[in-house]
Amino acid sequence: MTNSINDYTPLEQHLLNDFQRDMSLSATPYADMAEQLGVSEEEVLQSIKSLQDRGAISRVGPVFRPNRIGVSTLAAMAIAEKDLECIARIVSAFPEVNHNYQRDHEYNLWFVVTASSEEHLDIVLHEIEQHAEYPLMSLPMLEDYFIDLGFKLKTSAEK
Amino acid sequence: MSTAELNKQVMQISAEDRALIKAVEHGLPVVSRPYTEIAKNLGTTERDVISRIQQLIDNGAIKRYGVVVRHKELGYTANGMVVWDIPDDRVEELGMCIGKYDCVTLSYRRPRRLPDWSYNLFTMVHGSDRDEVTQKVAEIVKKCGLQDIKHTILFSTRRFKQRGASYTQKDMTASVSKKNTTLRLVK
Repeated sequence: MTNSINDYTPLEQHLLNDFQRDMSLSATPYADMAEQLGVSEEEVLQSIKSLQDRGAISRVGPVFRPNRIGVSTLAAMAIAEKDLECIARIVSAFPEVNHNYQRDHEYNLWFVVTASSEEHLDIVLHEIEQHAEYPLMSLPMLEDYFIDLGFKLKTSAEK
Repeated sequence: MSTAELNKQVMQISAEDRALIKAVEHGLPVVSRPYTEIAKNLGTTERDVISRIQQLIDNGAIKRYGVVVRHKELGYTANGMVVWDIPDDRVEELGMCIGKYDCVTLSYRRPRRLPDWSYNLFTMVHGSDRDEVTQKVAEIVKKCGLQDIKHTILFSTRRFKQRGASYTQKDMTASVSKKNTTLRLVK
């Protein structure tokens, strides 16, 4: 498994680092990246596809502001170790769940639930509780203090 | 408009924009003319797709537009959800302070659920291993003056699912009842 930014080619490192925000809204965004990096559009397309296949890039496109076009919440459950795998699978099966992590705490399952309306969100939370047979603690975001500028990946030279 | 105000406003989304959001929420096609492909599927023009995405950026629905990376695959294998119990009148100030560090990717205020849960600020701190995350948290504590604030780090031990949020589930009654069947089988 690739496990450090330094395992990627210089072109890949640029693609990972340089276009995390303010990507051009021209008709040909990948050609624009290629021009900026001095390579061909085909190389950019191939590299992005390959980075996606390897899981380094989740997607190219929008990150929506929370609670603006839909509603979401962070949910936590305290699950007995023997049930965790099974409950995690049940939770992940909901299309409304987009992040689902085990964390080392009494509350050991943490997931984000997103829906198009408050009403739909409540239904989903209720469904999850019913299927999991564990109580769910819902912690909706009240304020966002983070200005999202993307994530600066440091190469070994900078570390 | 401040971020706080933006977050409190759930927008009314037209059916057209809802369809557009559905088409782009999991990423643009990786082809020479991605907006042409999206336009074709939506029965509109490339120019229309681009101008409506621009609108979603301008009105704050889209927070960031570009390459979305996955930290774990890039060597940031440890992520600590650091939760803080901060006096209500200082949450904004300290939330902003913590949120500006490079290793931090989220800084949200959330409600307390007493007596079970007393933490009201959630931040995500990334590092190459747990020690690095712990060390970064210690630096943040020092720099933001959080020595008297109770906090704890919840490290992730397993990732069961990670993908972009989906805002566009449509027919929820149908999807929920279908889910019941599948889930019972899984269980």
